[in-house]
Amino acid sequence: MNPIFKILSNLGDQVTSRIWRLGSAARLFLLTLMYSGESFKRIHLTIREIYFTGVMSFIIIVVSAFFVGMVLGLQGYYTLQKYGSSESIGVLVALALLRELGPVVTALLFAGRAGTAITAEIGLMKATEQLSAMEMMAVSPIARIIGPRFWAGVISMPILASIFSMVGVLGGYLVAVPIIGVDHGAFWSQMNVNVDFRFDVVNGLIKSFVFGVACTIIALYEGYDAPPTAEGVSRATTRTVVTSSLTVLGLDFILTSFMIAH
Amino acid sequence: MDKTTLDIWVGLFVAIGIAALMGLAMKVGNLTSNTLGDTYMVTANYENIGGLKPRAPVKSSGVVVGRIDNIKFDTKAYQAVVTLKIDKRYPFPKDTFANIYTSGLLGEQYISLEAGGDDQFLKEGDRISKTQDAVVLEKLISQFLYNKATEEPKK
Repeated sequence: MNPIFKILSNLGDQVTSRIWRLGSAARLFLLTLMYSGESFKRIHLTIREIYFTGVMSFIIIVVSAFFVGMVLGLQGYYTLQKYGSSESIGVLVALALLRELGPVVTALLFAGRAGTAITAEIGLMKATEQLSAMEMMAVSPIARIIGPRFWAGVISMPILASIFSMVGVLGGYLVAVPIIGVDHGAFWSQMNVNVDFRFDVVNGLIKSFVFGVACTIIALYEGYDAPPTAEGVSRATTRTVVTSSLTVLGLDFILTSFMIAH
Repeated sequence: MDKTTLDIWVGLFVAIGIAALMGLAMKVGNLTSNTLGDTYMVTANYENIGGLKPRAPVKSSGVVVGRIDNIKFDTKAYQAVVTLKIDKRYPFPKDTFANIYTSGLLGEQYISLEAGGDDQFLKEGDRISKTQDAVVLEKLISQFLYNKATEEPKK
């Protein structure tokens, strides 16, 4: 075949298969929403999954938030003191965390910590034919397995992002006030005046909610769609991290441009 | 792991999350300090508002008494119409001055209300007639240069 045709047909194949995957992910998402009434009937399953996705991610979120906050404090102070406005350090740390770093870094960590676990678990369930066995027993695997994990992820993300922002602010405070010696009152009052609840805190929460939906559904879909082999599951796990990270960063740009627009 | 321990951990997790959110709202954000209670709206016309933005503070004697709700352009008078949202707790006389000032050299612009002596108070929908535009630095400089140029040379 002509090499140009080969390149074209390769490209076409890539595009159609991507769109196909996107469509089936959307279908899984809709099915999950449709079956969520049934999943909520057994609320204990969702609570169990919140433990595995949310509570187990708590330590990594707190530790990284603390370090991110401290680094922001140091870097921010270094730049701000050149302009003689080191009191604004509190505003800088709080806004950076609430608007961007809180939701985004939490989502990236969440994809790495909980998303991979979800994909591997569901992929392995599929490889060992547990999902087919459930269908044979007339138990919908979407209501029993996918739904609780989805809602657990969606509930955990905003909580984790709030914890991240708060711990990050405390980390920034620790560097700025006791170590560097910025005034304690100025740190908090400047932050308080310049951070708006509706525009900064709520928008950050909306972001983390959207990221939660995206990350969880990607992890679930990759697991559900994985070829039922050891290699297939390992590849699906890798794809979860790559796709979730890219999706989060892309969505972040779109959401931010909508929020800044008005 | 049995059901109760699981529930306790999840409950603790959610409680910490809510506490963090409350902390963000109260300590970091301005949910408590800057919310206005009941408000009334008044408008003010300006030739030039400079860099005034919606949601900028309205201050009187340096105390925040309201916020700017919106800024429109009136094509009949070719003036900017600024709507001010002022807290009901602070009534102002009808002949109040509404001046646009800048906080610091590079800071944000705000409207400062200076109370007059009228015994009638501003009501919802009233217009403040006594306004003073924002100071535009370029205008000031050109005025200064013009004055310098026209000055009689000293003998």
